[in-house]
Amino acid sequence: MKSARTMLGLMLLAACLAAAPVRAGDTPDPAPPAPPCDVPAYLLASESSLPKVADAVKANQPLNVLVVGSRSSTIPGNEASAYPATLQTALKEAFPAATIDLSVELQGKSTAEETAGTLVKLVEAKKPTLVIWQTGTVDAMRAADPDDFRTAINDGVVALRGAGTDVVLVNLQYSPRTETMISAPPYLDNIKVVAQQHDVPLFDRFAIMKQWSDAGYFDLFSTSHGVDLAKKVHACLGRALAKFVIDAAHLGPVQQN
Amino acid sequence: MSSIADPIAGAPVADAKAEAKSDTRSEAKAKVAAPAITLPATGERELRLDLFRGLALWLIFIDHLPTNLLTWLTIRNYGFSDATEIFIFISGYTAAFVYGRAMLEGGFVIATARILRRVWQIYVAHVFLFTIFLAEISYVATSFENPLYSEEMGIMDFLKQPDVTIVQALLLRFRPVNMDVLPLYIVLMLFLPLILWLMKWKPDVTLGLSVVLYALTWQFDLYLSAYPNGFWAFNPFAWQLLFVFGAWCALGGARRMSRILSSNITMWICIVYLVAAFFVTLTWYVPQLGHIMPKLIEQWMYPINKTDLDVLRFAHFLALAALTVRFLPRDWPGLKSPWLRPLILCGQHSLEIFCLGVFLAFAGHFVLAEVSGGAALHALISVCGILIMCGMAWIISWYKHSADKGASKKGAAGNADMAGGGA
Repeated sequence: MKSARTMLGLMLLAACLAAAPVRAGDTPDPAPPAPPCDVPAYLLASESSLPKVADAVKANQPLNVLVVGSRSSTIPGNEASAYPATLQTALKEAFPAATIDLSVELQGKSTAEETAGTLVKLVEAKKPTLVIWQTGTVDAMRAADPDDFRTAINDGVVALRGAGTDVVLVNLQYSPRTETMISAPPYLDNIKVVAQQHDVPLFDRFAIMKQWSDAGYFDLFSTSHGVDLAKKVHACLGRALAKFVIDAAHLGPVQQN
Repeated sequence: MSSIADPIAGAPVADAKAEAKSDTRSEAKAKVAAPAITLPATGERELRLDLFRGLALWLIFIDHLPTNLLTWLTIRNYGFSDATEIFIFISGYTAAFVYGRAMLEGGFVIATARILRRVWQIYVAHVFLFTIFLAEISYVATSFENPLYSEEMGIMDFLKQPDVTIVQALLLRFRPVNMDVLPLYIVLMLFLPLILWLMKWKPDVTLGLSVVLYALTWQFDLYLSAYPNGFWAFNPFAWQLLFVFGAWCALGGARRMSRILSSNITMWICIVYLVAAFFVTLTWYVPQLGHIMPKLIEQWMYPINKTDLDVLRFAHFLALAALTVRFLPRDWPGLKSPWLRPLILCGQHSLEIFCLGVFLAFAGHFVLAEVSGGAALHALISVCGILIMCGMAWIISWYKHSADKGASKKGAAGNADMAGGGA
């Protein structure tokens, strides 16, 4: 964990330095070694954009991020190490001058349909610039009708856009141990469809984690009961998500790889 | 009576030969074709059916394992349809062929009784697989507590109510992932007597009714619910279309379509469609190509719904089948080659090999989860699984032959069951 953090810090620092030549004096490491969880560029590329985020950062206004998700958006008992927190850290490091507020709204047992109904109220209460909506796991576990699922995401995205926020969708985790029990593909496909229809950036958590597993970065089959693996994976997810958001908002060449 | 009688009982081999040329190329849009006529009393098997059903069984097995090298060999990576379409279509074809004859020879009641006996066998096989599945996941549930997946592990909650779960499984409402095909097959077979009875009357009307049901399914969103919630992953209301279409082909439809199938226009339409589907599929696996796809087409096309047998999938299967029938004549010598023997053997014992495949997929998952192996181990497991399937098919085949020799004197009806692989 410590090394991952340090590495993360170094990477972000290097990135900031690259982006801000003013401070280029104290470059610590011109060519950092391959990070433990780098993500192929195509998995972080998005044609969609986040205009509100871009405006807020450029105008030096506070960036208010709301993460709406189910239990896979946290680590029970270690919320501070879960990906929303690491995302916030990474964004702060990327924009030292900006104020980054981040709140997390966990709806552990809600399907997309149930969550979609609460989104407008949430936005009214918290006034976020960006809503990161992690969804699909509960629906997949309950084998909800994929058509209903798609409609729900669609409605949620429309409502969020209507309420004036940017949206990023986050799909399911790659969970090899439960592959024989949870059928993820229909839900992955439907999230993708909505993302394409509405030009919403989709953070493909499933593909990214699968990539890490295939590349041997993480043993996601592991039966270890410890919380270490979860922390490491979330640290990487938060960092990748930060890069994804920054790229989608076209906020400068943040080169983390 | 007549419409079925023609193909199955009537048409002599000579007739078939006379037509041979146009016939072999034409067979139905489904690989099928060689009209039932040519499968007369002699009971000579249509080896292409066995071959492709065997292939479907292999592909289903590979698709049920976690992605690995061999996964790239499966057809779902090159187009819209996958092995399930082949399996259901051929099942419809062989079932109609075998039990259609039974209905002609023994009447509706006898045929129905035999079909129900088959349904019972499939049901028992399904319950057996469910037992194995339950054992596997109970093990996973007790040995796995990774905090990263605390949410996903909630799927094990049904283990807290084993009574309800098991009853729902017996009712076919609780069906784990990868165990969807047999329940679909059971439901389709249950309706086979009705389908055959209608076909005996007017095959085209039956097919028409099937299309209407398919359209109604899409229009009114018909589905079967599942436990604890959700729906059947293969919607029988939609998938019956393939099954009935297979039956229709078996009972003479294939022959009547021969002209369409032998036309060059059909061939080119099929080729163009398959190539287009291939490029679309390519964009899924090479996301960098994603931007080539026009947004409008994307929005019209996606999602390609497997649950309700999307028209794109059905069309893709038809195109594949039409080309197969055209370029692989039923008397192709390769069908007798020892290299294709394992595939054909697997196809001839489809129920047993299918169940074995599902079991091996569970076992493969289990091994992969316990032994953290690389890509090589993944591929090795797939290959071993296929070898085991072939070995088992060979043993079953050997046993049936020796049992036949020993007991012999089986009536034609008994053999028909085997000839069709019981569908």
